[in-house]
Amino acid sequence: MSTALSRLFFALVGLFLAAPLIVIAGVSVNEMRSLTFPPVGFSLAWYGEIFTDPGWRGALTTSVLIALGAATLAVAIALPIAYSLWRRVSAVGRIIQTLGISPFVLPPVITALGALSLWATVGAYGAWYTVVISHAIFFTSLPLVTISLGFSTIDREVTEAARTMGADDRTILTTIVLPMIAPYIVSGFAFAFVLSLNEYIVAYMTVGFTLETVPIKIFNALRYGYTPTMASVSILFVAVAVAVFGTVARFGDLPKLLGAWRAGDEK
Amino acid sequence: MLLAFFVVPFGLMIAVSFFQRVQGGFYEPIVTTANYARFLSLFFGKILLFSLGLSALVAAICITVGAPFTYLLTRLKRPMQVPWLVALLAVLSLSEVIIGFAWSTLLSRTAGVSNLFVAIGLMDAPVAWTPGFGAVLAGMVYQALPYSVLVLYPSFSRLDPSLAEAAKTLGASPIRAFLTVVLPALRTTLIATFIIVFVFALGAYLLPQLLGRPEHWTLSVLITDQAIYQSNMPFAAAMAVFLVVASLLLVLTTTLLGRRGQPA
Repeated sequence: MSTALSRLFFALVGLFLAAPLIVIAGVSVNEMRSLTFPPVGFSLAWYGEIFTDPGWRGALTTSVLIALGAATLAVAIALPIAYSLWRRVSAVGRIIQTLGISPFVLPPVITALGALSLWATVGAYGAWYTVVISHAIFFTSLPLVTISLGFSTIDREVTEAARTMGADDRTILTTIVLPMIAPYIVSGFAFAFVLSLNEYIVAYMTVGFTLETVPIKIFNALRYGYTPTMASVSILFVAVAVAVFGTVARFGDLPKLLGAWRAGDEK
Repeated sequence: MLLAFFVVPFGLMIAVSFFQRVQGGFYEPIVTTANYARFLSLFFGKILLFSLGLSALVAAICITVGAPFTYLLTRLKRPMQVPWLVALLAVLSLSEVIIGFAWSTLLSRTAGVSNLFVAIGLMDAPVAWTPGFGAVLAGMVYQALPYSVLVLYPSFSRLDPSLAEAAKTLGASPIRAFLTVVLPALRTTLIATFIIVFVFALGAYLLPQLLGRPEHWTLSVLITDQAIYQSNMPFAAAMAVFLVVASLLLVLTTTLLGRRGQPA
C-alpha cells in the first residue's frame, strides 16, 4: 500500500481510538461542574476530588488493593504451573493450559455467574476475598502465558551445565531460572494488575453490594448523571494502563510477548 | 486445584439452572426445566437473534478494519510498533464502564463531536447520537478492535514477507497483493479471529445498556439483569448455560477449521 494511504489509514484508526479519550480528557479539565466540550476554562479540581472525596478515594484504594492481591495470587498460581510445564510437557499440562485460557474464550458474564454460584453456595458471597480469588483465577492465564514464554527463552544447555557442575534443582531454580524469567513474571503481574483494576462484571457479581471498586463506582454514579470526576478517574486509569504497558515495553520485548517472532526466530 | 475452580463453578451453574428460584433468596434445589422453557419463548428468542446479529456485525467490521491495519502494523519496524501495541493494550484493558462513559460523552449533545461539526459549520445545532444503535455499534467496535488486532498480530507477524514481495515483483499492486496473496494465505486465521471476536462481542454486557435503548439489549445484559436486579439466579444460569453452549460450539468450529488448514 502506498505510504500516504497507509499513513492516512493509521491516522484514522488512531483518531478512532483516541477520540473518546480526547473528549473525556477535555471534559475532565472543565472549570464548571458540567460536561461540556470543548472545555470551558481549565481546572484540575476534578483530579483533586478523586483523592479528597472519601467516596472516590475509597473506591480507588479498594480497586488498587484488589488488583494487587489478585495479580500476586495469579502469579503465585501461574508460576508453579509454568514451571512444571517447562520441566515436563505432558498431556495434563496441556489440559491445564487450555483451562487457564478458557475464561478468555467464554463471555465474562459466564465466568462472573459461575463465580457467583460458587461463592453463594459456599456461603462466602460478598466477602472481600471472593473478588480477589475470582480475579486471580480469571486472569491467571496472563502470567501463565508470559511466564511460559519466559521459560521457553531459557537454553536447556545452561541448566544442564549447572547440573553437571553439581547444582541441585533448588539452586538451579534460584540462581538461573528465576532471574531469567523475572521480567516475564513482572509483565504477567502487570497485565493481571491492569485488567483487574478495570474489571467490572466479576467484581460486581461477587462483591458489588459490599465493596465499591472504581468501575463499580463509575457505573453506579452514571445513574445519577455524569460528573467531571468520572472523566478524571477514567483518564487516570488510561494513564495507569499506558504507563504500565509502556514500562513493560521499555524493559521487555512487547511484540514478542504478544506473539511476534523476530526475523530468523524459529519455533 | 485450578481444575476445581473452573469446573466447580460451571457445574454449579448448570445445576442452578435447573433449580427453582426463591423470592428474596438465591434458589432452592427443586429440579425444574421451567427456566429453559421460559428462555425458549419468543421474547428471548428475538434477543438471542439480535445478540448474534450484532456480534456478527461487530466482528465483521473489526476484521475488515483490523486485518489491513494489523498487516501494515507488522510491516513497520519493531520500535515503531511498540507505541501502537501499548495504545491497543491500554484501550483493550479499559473497563467497559469507562468505554461506555467515554462514548456516551463523545456522542452526547452537550459535550459531543457534533459541537465540533457545528463549530466548523457542518451542522446547525448539536445533536445527541446516544442512545441509539449506532452508538452501541461504535462502542462495541471500539472495545473489540484492539482485541482483534492483537489476536491477528502473531500470525500476521509470522507471515513470510517474501510472499507479498513475490507478488509485487510479478507486477501486482500493493493492494492487489494484499487481497490476492496475503489474505488467502491467512484465511484460516481470519475465520478463527472472526469467531473469537464474535464470542468476545457476545460478552458485552454494559455497552448495550449504556449506549442503547432497551431494544438494543443483548443476552449478556439480560443475564446480568436477572442475576443482580431480579435476583433470579436460576433463570440467569439457564441463559448463561445457553450462551456457553453457543460459545463452545463456535470455539469447536474454530479448532476444526484451524486443524483443517494445517498440513497434517
